[in-house]
Amino acid sequence: MASQPNVSLKSVSKEKAPVIIDRANFDALLQALKKRGYQLVGPTIHNNAIVYDTLESAADLPVGYTDRQEKGAYRLEKRSDKACFGYVMGPQSWKKYLFPNRLKLWEAQRNNGSFSITPTEPQTPRYAFIGVRPCELTAIDVLDRVLLQGSYVDPHYQARRKGIFILAVNCTEPGSTCFCASMDTGPQASKGFDLALTEVLEKKRHYFLAESGSKLGEEILREIPCQPAAEAEIDSAAKALEKAARSMGRTLDTAGIKELIADNFDNPFWDRVAKRCLSCANCTMVCPTCFCTTVEDTTELAGDKAARVRRWDSCFTLEFTYIHGGSVRQTVMSRYRQWMSHKLGRWYDQFGISGCVGCGRCITWCPVGIDITEEARALRESKKRSELK
Amino acid sequence: MAAMSDPMVPVIYRVEKFQKETGDTFTMELSPAEKKSVFRFKPGQFNMLYVYGVGEVPISISGDPTHPNGITHTTRAVGSVTDAMNKLKPGMAIGVRGPFGVPWPVEEAYGDDVIFVAGGIGLAPLRPALYQVLSQREKFGKVILLYGTRTPEDILYKKELENWRKRFDLEVFVTVDRATGDWRGNVGVVTRMIPRSPFDPHNATAFVCGPEAMMRFTALALMDRGMPMENICLSMERNMKCGIGLCGHCQMGVPFICKDGPVFRLPRVRHILEER
Repeated sequence: MASQPNVSLKSVSKEKAPVIIDRANFDALLQALKKRGYQLVGPTIHNNAIVYDTLESAADLPVGYTDRQEKGAYRLEKRSDKACFGYVMGPQSWKKYLFPNRLKLWEAQRNNGSFSITPTEPQTPRYAFIGVRPCELTAIDVLDRVLLQGSYVDPHYQARRKGIFILAVNCTEPGSTCFCASMDTGPQASKGFDLALTEVLEKKRHYFLAESGSKLGEEILREIPCQPAAEAEIDSAAKALEKAARSMGRTLDTAGIKELIADNFDNPFWDRVAKRCLSCANCTMVCPTCFCTTVEDTTELAGDKAARVRRWDSCFTLEFTYIHGGSVRQTVMSRYRQWMSHKLGRWYDQFGISGCVGCGRCITWCPVGIDITEEARALRESKKRSELK
Repeated sequence: MAAMSDPMVPVIYRVEKFQKETGDTFTMELSPAEKKSVFRFKPGQFNMLYVYGVGEVPISISGDPTHPNGITHTTRAVGSVTDAMNKLKPGMAIGVRGPFGVPWPVEEAYGDDVIFVAGGIGLAPLRPALYQVLSQREKFGKVILLYGTRTPEDILYKKELENWRKRFDLEVFVTVDRATGDWRGNVGVVTRMIPRSPFDPHNATAFVCGPEAMMRFTALALMDRGMPMENICLSMERNMKCGIGLCGHCQMGVPFICKDGPVFRLPRVRHILEER
């Protein structure tokens, strides 16, 4: 077993004066956001899974449900209590709102041997994200770096990002495929939110410890019934988070991982994992940081109208690297290697951060149960073995 | 206006001139449909060209950067978009996004001998750099062009090559893989001309463009002559959908070919030249 990662848990700041919102008043928080014109989107149950969708009130939350996740397995189960955020996370990430899977970039109209192009105006829907996990906050930070902080900006992402209110919910019960503590992205949110909650269920009490991360968050708190948190309440939330950090289902040793990957490009390890990989692209579709897209150029039947649609793409497809003469990455091995090397290694050089936030989705939703934490460990082990020879 | 600043939205150009070069290559000169826009580019940069209703591909610019009126592209018809491009006629419209990418470091080669090594259509992305070098000829030592194609019929820019060969300040060597017809010139791969090329390898910069295998062997041959790796520049090709580092397709190791390249000094891409 790999050693426990170095967990540096940030204590709940007392200067920010955390407040207590009783469960009975939680819906007031959601309604306050609605009153300000926000469309609530958050966890709800569809087809036996937690998905992010429009919420009308706290009643739409998956109250009393949890999800059991394992390699290639996901099951919703009833809890013994009435926790609102007592699940880990569903297959989808917030990326679907910030960076839609299909987006028409422009339309073209043909006229007299020429054509004109009308771009899609970037939209700024006012979404309030309810229940963003700390690892997902980091994933949004990762997307910001990719799509907003390079030499070119994606105007659609930029516009959508502007309108978002983020209500983060810290993780007190990490799932078995979680490893945010290893990636230093959770289980507690430290920045990037308007409000962050820790849900506390005691024998006779159910409440949220709330901390604001922006002016807007503070304002919202002033509009709803809540009271300053007592020392004991702050402590019990902190304890729950400490316990969560220690009970991660998985670990990933990130020490020198960029170099580990760079130095082991020709390691036979890659062939072994590729034998199991179906190259189905599921991991890239559920990943909250995968940003690759392709474009589809279409025309209407009469040919006078054309359009370009951008859609999510995956480095696991053969056509991803097609240039005349054939695809560059012909083998499943080369495509898996590209994905994992990029996520865990090259991302640091490109964007100054890991491409993996430890949410564990790629583990759960891999149909053959390939586990990135196991594979990173196997790569390290195979390197050790080859050094012994 | 947002439409003008969005790098993902093509600007409409018109085909000014369309000229067949060889059996499968052609050169287009494009000018803006609305006269106001001026197009400036640096040698080695590329545009994303959109054929109405068909699709978009990255094509390097092959015109003269010192006369930036309009845009020149030489293209080989090898796929659905370039086939459709091959059917365009003067007056027809085409979408242009660009210019994108890192240019050939021409100014950084001042004082050096300059050796251009081109394979096939690879001559097209090199031509703007050659124009720039020739326009500032006094700033360089010897200037050499080594050019290899499949057959004599595939030689691009034939008239221009003949004119270049007449100059005393430029040495042009052409070779073909297979001699056909009345070819009396060199036969063999372009790398075979490197050992006997008259340049000072310790004081030279090489600009190389062609198929990846050709560039690899060219780099090896140049290094055999004692040329430092830093002085060998290559122009790489990968699948591109955006041209601005956002779509992810052109990643080759750490670099994005579209925004960190397509022109790289060899040390940056040496380890990934054979990466698949």
